[in-house]
Amino acid sequence: MIKNLDLELEKLKTKILQLGSEVEKNLFRAEKALLLLDEPIAQEIIDNDEEIDNLEISVEEKCLQILAQHQPVARDLRFVVTVLKINNDLERIGDLVVKIADRVIILVRKNIHELKSANGVQFPEQFSHMFAETKKMVKMCLDAFVDGNTDLAYKVCIWDDEVDKAKSIIREQTEEILQQDPGQHKYIAMLLSVSRSLERIADHATHIAENVIYMLQGHIVRHEIDDLE
Amino acid sequence: MPFQTFEHIEREKQIMPQSNPAIKQVTDAIIEVKNLNLYYSEKKALSNITMGFPRNKVTALIGPSGCGKSTLIRCFNRMNDLIDIIRLEGEIKIDGANIHDSKLDVIELRRRVGMVFQKWNPFPKSIYENVIYGLRIAGINNRKTLDETAERSLKRAAIWDEVKDRLHDSAMGLSGGQMQRLCIARAIAVEPEVILMDEPCSALDPRSTAKIEELIRELQGEFTIIIVTHNMQQAARVSDLTAYLYLGELIEYGMTKKIFTAPLRKETNDYITGRFG
Repeated sequence: MIKNLDLELEKLKTKILQLGSEVEKNLFRAEKALLLLDEPIAQEIIDNDEEIDNLEISVEEKCLQILAQHQPVARDLRFVVTVLKINNDLERIGDLVVKIADRVIILVRKNIHELKSANGVQFPEQFSHMFAETKKMVKMCLDAFVDGNTDLAYKVCIWDDEVDKAKSIIREQTEEILQQDPGQHKYIAMLLSVSRSLERIADHATHIAENVIYMLQGHIVRHEIDDLE
Repeated sequence: MPFQTFEHIEREKQIMPQSNPAIKQVTDAIIEVKNLNLYYSEKKALSNITMGFPRNKVTALIGPSGCGKSTLIRCFNRMNDLIDIIRLEGEIKIDGANIHDSKLDVIELRRRVGMVFQKWNPFPKSIYENVIYGLRIAGINNRKTLDETAERSLKRAAIWDEVKDRLHDSAMGLSGGQMQRLCIARAIAVEPEVILMDEPCSALDPRSTAKIEELIRELQGEFTIIIVTHNMQQAARVSDLTAYLYLGELIEYGMTKKIFTAPLRKETNDYITGRFG
């Protein structure tokens, strides 16, 4: 029996990692799409989201099947419950990336390229930094899950501050741009929406890391991380 | 945090027994076991067991066959006295009184500490006579008292509705699950403080098992119940505390919700997840 459960848990792990990989790929595409204002890449993100949604459902079904058939306990139970939660966070990250892609398409269709050169529209420099930090957090939380690395998971929780800082800087930079040229407010709203999405992606990465800590230690650390900082 | 190593726990146990984080310290224990060693001739079956069983809670004892679970609970009503080759060291107190005190009345101890076995064992008598058997041998013959006790006990054992119209029929005509609940009614008729259950559901179908488990949860609060079970899910469902024994040693003892979600010891994790050995 236990061999069967081990096989099922292994299959579940493969599925959730596949989902993580798809979400990461889309996040990389989002960075490229925004920084290059590339509509085809943004469209690719939207098209790929269906795969992410299907994987999410498949992971959830597998979890339910394992719970019903094997009634796992202790470490096995924590693993399945953690996967269920990570699954939800990854799907939400996927949706937020799609939201970024939508914004990119709007920016492109409103012809920001021309505005940028003709009317001096500026692009907040902090975006590439914010993308880099967010991508790092998503990668780190998934690595912590795969490797069972508690230290790395704690690091992700603390890293969240970096993304929050980047978001504040973007807000300051966009305010400066608005002061110089109030006519750009529609575009600035789009950019702020992107930074908000990135911040929320980082929050989901933090949730994943907190759940990984629970999986490894059997201790719920939500709301406790602040004390560590 | 990785699981703590066996050696680490052993060292702690030797230095400061009360500091072992894997063994819960129980306040308001009705049964207190201290440094209990038990031998079958030369073979040590229980090794240095120190633990408390909380009053009016359900405690499950789990562990592989031969780990000493049944041997341990049989110490509490001195059932082991019936086996000549058993030798015991250490101390067992019930409500602060040493159960091996020479002045202690063993019959009275067994009234206070009732027992339900794996295989139901009703007497070849009527349902009614089975329930009041303990009272009869205690010399109680008042009809009203006997009737009231029979009804109350059968109701508490959740079998009254099924047998109230045939109380004077033979108990041997009941189903296995009903016989086991009858045995529980018989055990609680004498108002024990502790009920020991040695795998009470292992020979029952899932429906009867569910009834017994429901009954255990209902009796909790009125009685201290100690249940030996090989069914992990059952231990998780019915008990407040769980103790894991292996080769006569108490490996881990704690709140059931903790043991079944995040045990401290790797040995416990391996056993309850079925990866043992």
